This record gives sequence, C-alpha cells and structure tokens, in this order.
Amino acid sequence: MDLTELYETARSLWVVWLMVLFLGIVFWAFRPKNKKRFEDDAQIPFKDENGG
Amino acid sequence: MSAALAATSGANVSIQYNEAFVRKFVIATIFWGVVGMLVGVVIAFQLAFPVLNLDLPWTTFGRLRPVHTSAVIFAFGGNALFATSLYVVQRTCRTTLFGGEAMGNFLFWGFQLFIVLAASGYVLGITQSKEYAEPEWYVDLWLTIVWVAYLICFAGTLMKRKEPHIYVANWFFLAFIITVAMLHLVNNAAVPVSFFGTKSYIVWAGVQDAMTQWWYGHNAVGFFLTAGFLGMMYYFVPKQADRPVYSYRLSIVHFWTLIFLYIWAGPHHLHYTALPDWAQTLGMTFSIILWMPSWGGMINGIMTLSGAWDKLRTDPILRFMVASVAFYGMSTFEGPMMSIKAVNSLSHYTDWTIGHVHSGALGWVAFITFGCMYNLVPALWKRERLYSLRLVTYHFWISTIGIVLYITAMWISGIMQGLMWRAYDSLGFLQYSFIETVEAMHPYYVIRAFGGVLFLVGALIMVYNVWKTIKGDLRTEESFEQPAHVPAGAAE
Repeated sequence: MDLTELYETARSLWVVWLMVLFLGIVFWAFRPKNKKRFEDDAQIPFKDENGG
Repeated sequence: MSAALAATSGANVSIQYNEAFVRKFVIATIFWGVVGMLVGVVIAFQLAFPVLNLDLPWTTFGRLRPVHTSAVIFAFGGNALFATSLYVVQRTCRTTLFGGEAMGNFLFWGFQLFIVLAASGYVLGITQSKEYAEPEWYVDLWLTIVWVAYLICFAGTLMKRKEPHIYVANWFFLAFIITVAMLHLVNNAAVPVSFFGTKSYIVWAGVQDAMTQWWYGHNAVGFFLTAGFLGMMYYFVPKQADRPVYSYRLSIVHFWTLIFLYIWAGPHHLHYTALPDWAQTLGMTFSIILWMPSWGGMINGIMTLSGAWDKLRTDPILRFMVASVAFYGMSTFEGPMMSIKAVNSLSHYTDWTIGHVHSGALGWVAFITFGCMYNLVPALWKRERLYSLRLVTYHFWISTIGIVLYITAMWISGIMQGLMWRAYDSLGFLQYSFIETVEAMHPYYVIRAFGGVLFLVGALIMVYNVWKTIKGDLRTEESFEQPAHVPAGAAE
C-alpha cells in the first residue's frame, strides 16, 4: 500500500475522523479535571465592570 | 463593584474600550429595523390588496420583497451583529479594538454603503436573482472588502487579548464571520458582462447552482441568524441576569455540534427537485440531527435563569431575551420537522414556510436584538437605566401579540394552501385552481399584515424609549417589585 492509497482510504473515512474529533471535544469539555477551569471561564463577562 | 475589588484587579480600570463607533451601530440597528419592518408591512398589505403595487415598477412586490428581507436580515441583523460582536469581544478580551476607532468607523460606513447600494439596486431592478444574495457583483465585491476588514479586526482583537481564555460568545461570532465570508465568496462567484455595467452571470449552472444557492441560503440562517445571535445570547443573557451561563461545558459541546452539523442541512430546501435523492435525504438527516444542538443551546440559555426566575417578573429586558430563546427552541423544532420529506411535500412553497421563518426572525432574532439593544443603550451612553421600563413591557406584549397573529395566520393559510394544491376530485382532476387558493388566503393575509403592524408599533415604542434614554431623561414610574406578602388578618 503506497502513500496515495493510504491517503484515499483515510479520506473516505472522513466521517469517522470527525466523529473521533467530536468525541475528543466532548471528553475535553466534561473531564472532571476541567470542571473548575470552565466554571472560571463562565465568569469572564463579569470581569469588565471597572473598564467603563 | 466595590472600590477595593477594583483596586486589586489593577490594570482593568484603565481600559478605555472603543465605543463611539458601537453607538453608531446601535443607532443604525434600530433605524434599519424600523425601515425593514415598515417595508415588510407594506408588502404584506400588497399581498392582501394587490392595488397597493401602484402599477409602478419600483414599488411592485417583486422589487420591494428583497428590500424587506435584506433590510431586516443584513441591515437590522447585520448592524446588531457588528455592534454586539465588537462590543463583546473587547470586554471579554479586556482589550481595545484592533485598529481602534478608525477601524470601527470604516466598518460602520463601509457596511452602511453596502446596504444603500444593495437596496437602491433592488428598487431599480438590479438583481442577480439569488434569494438573500440579490446584490450584483459590484456590491458583492465591496461587501467582501468590508467583511475581510471585519474578520481582521475581530481576529486581531482576539489575538491581543488580556484574558487567557476566549469566551464562548466570541467563538460563535468568529464562526459566523468566517462562514459568512466563505458562503458569500462561493455563492456569488460571477462573471460581469462589462466593466461599467451592472449585469453579471453566476458561474454555477443548473442543479449545482441550486445546491450552491441553498447551501448559502440555509447557512445564512445557520451562521448569520443563528451562530451570531447565539454569540449575543451567551454574553447578554448572563449579563442581564447577572449570573453565569447555566453550563459552560454544554456551551462548548453546543458550539461544536452546531458547527459540524449546520453546514450540511441546505439540501432540505430542494426536496422533490432535480437534486439527487441521496443529497435530499442527506440534507433531511442532518436537519433532524440539528434538533440536538439547537435544543442544547436553548436549554443552556433558558436554564441560566435557574434559581432566578423571579427576575422575569421585574425585568422586561430579560423577558425579551428569555422569550427569544423560547422562540428559538420553537422554530428550531419546527424547522427540522418541516425538513422531513413527507412533511415538506405539504409545506413547501406554501405560507407555512413564511410563518416558520418569521417565528425565527421576529421571535428569536428580533427579540434577542431588542433585549441586547435595551441592555447596550444605557451602558454605551452611560445612563443609569433606560428612560422607561414600562415602555419595554408595552413593546414586549404588543410585539408578542403581533408575532402570534402573524405565525398562526401563516400556519392556517399555509396548511390550507398545501391541502388545496393536492386535493383531487373523484375523476382525478385537481379540485382547485391556483387562483382559488389565493382567494381563500385573503383573510389570513390581512391578519398577517395586522400582526406586522403591531410588531412595527412595538419597534416604534423602542425608538421613543431609546431616544429619551440617549437624551438623558428618566421617567418616574412605579417599580416592578411587588410589595411583600401580607398574611391575612395582619392588616389591622
């Protein structure tokens, strides 16, 4: 199997790669380790009060 | 915030956000909103009473209809998106605008020029006949320049941010800006007939042209009227409710599902056409899957009020925002349902579609915009509060009744129209001629036009309220707070 064939095969499975990417995002978002960090990020709109 | 906290957060105090140009965008939003809604009312009456076409080429329904759609989508919605995105990106990045006030002014005047060029072309009969992409090549080129500047300005501001994390509202705004650029360039690829002439020919042909057009058209809904306005929701609903979004993690999943899925839904506009069957089914499937991110986003917006529902009683601005998210949930339920081929065979080309579009456009897009404008005006003009919250309440109820009249009239009229079109008599002939369906719809057209009038009246109330607020007036009025409950017998 040369590189071109490998590329063609990989490309035909695009929906799988997107699904893997998406599941990765969900894992990242709901990982318990990241809970605190996202709670802090949700506060960003309230940090501008003094600026004007 | 207390002075002590302000002192500890240090550098924040000195940021002078660029806001003068945002004020211009706010005024333009309200101005074009009234213009677009007024033209909408005019063409609604034209449908009910054709004599109002006046027998002049410039005032016929065919030319005024794109004036209405472009004015409300691109002029009202577009200016609202510019105003909110460039306001939000500065504040959530805690930095000034990339390119400063000069960049903001270029975007403002550049975009207004686009609107005037587009609208004047429609009235004079200059159009490339693509729905929501009617402007001819020279207007498209000008918009491309403005839009690229917008992208540079927005991305530049993100890049010089002081806040390590990019707040989720900005993700939605950025996705909207990038996707609209892509859609605009591909769908409007055209060859002008002459250098000084207005006429051009689109490079796509036949069914490819139809598919490109509805890939553009549906994503104009998905990214212009949805992603951008969700950006508003994620900033202004928490801001107005004074509590963070219900689930930031859900907002991340909401964002990526919406981005992955929306782009594929366009073929549902071409059911039962020359488009290959598999492409139609693909479009339908993706439209149905879209239920999930849409409702995820709606739940996230509405549940932000969880534990603070009482604010709905005392804050009419928040009421506008929450009602808008509820309408978003309703129209994103209706949309996928209508994309199912069996349903679409009844609903397509009927007034049901118009009703669906307006429950999204009036209920979701316009209501969230009204809420944001009511939030922005006191903030931008440094007023203590709006001139009158009572007027906001009147605006809310008059507009809501207007929407209800509009969409129920169109549901009945549309379903009736679809059923009449497919009715056969015992010999297998069509039971109704086309003109009979038009005649049957007349009362619903009148009701719809009246609903539009109410919506316009609501917008005019907002104009008055905003005008007085900018002038610095405060109306003395009773607070919405209810007196504390007095137990029976305690009165003496």
